[in-house]
Amino acid sequence: MEDFIVNASDIHFAYRDRPIFEGLNLAIPRGKVTVIMGPSGCGKSTFLGLLGGRLAPTSGNLEFDGQSVPAKLGPSLYKMRRKMGMLFQKNALLTDLNVFDNVAFPLRETTELQEPLIRIQVLTKLEMVGLRGAGDMQISELSGGMARRVALARAIVLDPLIVMYDEPFVGLDPVSMGIILKLIRNLNDALNLTSIVVTHDVKEGCEIADYMYLLDRGIVSAQGTPDQMLVHADPAIEQFMQGLSDGPVRFHYPARDYLEDLQDI
Amino acid sequence: MDLVAKLGRQGIHFTIHLGSSLLFLGSALKGAAASFSRFRLIIEQLYAVGVLTMLITVVAGLFVGMVLGLQGYYQLVNFSAESNLGLIVALSLVRELGPVLSALLFAGRAGSALTAEIGLMKATEQLAAMEMMAIDPIKRIIGPRFVAGIISLPILAAMFSAIGILGGYLVGHGQFGIDSGVYWHSMQSGVDLIKDVFNGVIKSIVFGFIVVWIALYEGYNSPPTSEGISRATTRTVVWSSLTVLASDYLLTALMFGE
Repeated sequence: MEDFIVNASDIHFAYRDRPIFEGLNLAIPRGKVTVIMGPSGCGKSTFLGLLGGRLAPTSGNLEFDGQSVPAKLGPSLYKMRRKMGMLFQKNALLTDLNVFDNVAFPLRETTELQEPLIRIQVLTKLEMVGLRGAGDMQISELSGGMARRVALARAIVLDPLIVMYDEPFVGLDPVSMGIILKLIRNLNDALNLTSIVVTHDVKEGCEIADYMYLLDRGIVSAQGTPDQMLVHADPAIEQFMQGLSDGPVRFHYPARDYLEDLQDI
Repeated sequence: MDLVAKLGRQGIHFTIHLGSSLLFLGSALKGAAASFSRFRLIIEQLYAVGVLTMLITVVAGLFVGMVLGLQGYYQLVNFSAESNLGLIVALSLVRELGPVLSALLFAGRAGSALTAEIGLMKATEQLAAMEMMAIDPIKRIIGPRFVAGIISLPILAAMFSAIGILGGYLVGHGQFGIDSGVYWHSMQSGVDLIKDVFNGVIKSIVFGFIVVWIALYEGYNSPPTSEGISRATTRTVVWSSLTVLASDYLLTALMFGE
């Protein structure tokens, strides 16, 4: 029987009057790279917010490592978050600190480790992302790809059980994209992590995923391995996976007859 | 009917803001208390919030004191009472202009910077990242800034008043030839340590509290967009200034009323 580190069952969530999830069910297998895809606004990043306990579902059960996330508050929530790492879309690096201090930040703030041990930890993680030589650089001096790797080093510095990646491929050049893809896979396997990658980049998602979920209209509309997803029979899934401009999701926004519109001018 | 609905909506909006700002204040005070265990963070913020506001405060204080010296002399000389110039300048500064004007400058320089800084940290997901790293941003970011703001303003107000008194002296003695001894002695005999100086310090502590509360609240709750941060920064300066002026009236009535 497969071991799942995250279990979401019948999750409902809404931003004010706008429903995002209406009975979401998904499970993240331990030790694997799971990719969550879907059109913009389908709630991919919101799911990471729920899993990190930054948002609370209106109903449903969300478990991380056998513990209910919505039930955690205050110190117990922070304790749970120490088992989670997160790479934010905007990297979220602290601009007043250099690269080394950014990676050291969680260790200095949440542990009692002495500085020599912190230095070893930080250099190890920077070495993993190939930036051990960039420790003294300021954040403003980094390219987009380097900044993302620094953020990745920071996300794994507390040796978490899972790492959540929020749109990790956005705004990267092809070389940086290749590096991040390789890093996600290598770190997942080398550190025995579980990775959750939220993206709408189908090609990169398929390249890296062990298992995929496609979200649409508040629920999981399809799931499977990348090979299964790419040959899915549902036209809507096919349109998304192949990036077709027309299909069940129409190219044209609903409007009255074109000729009638022109005749009224 | 539209007007009534609009007024009602504004009222509800205002009440929601007031409630959430009070809740924020509660958390910020807890964060402020916790930040004393890491005084280095407070020192860093004392530099950012206080030291960097010093120059504008000192320059403004000098000119305000010089203007007081001019205006005071022009009026007092009509009654041959120019020997009281030092007293007039000192009382105006220590009781009112020092705390109030330094608070307004503080709101414009440090308050707006605090709002923009926190708002930008929110927009670039730095605060969310801290939460995900199991670090409470209220304790790490808000608390030290709150304490630093409250410590900084009374010191800045004292500097404003001191430099202002010196500015008044430069005009009174340098321009109009008032005797040094007369200028300083009138102050020594007329300014009361408790009633004037101590009350002025109390005022600036209250103003510091108000400005950092509004600045941090606006930053922490600003929409994470450039327009949202811009509006929040404007609101900080406008609301801080108005609240400082209104509370100055109340404090003056309480402190100096019969």
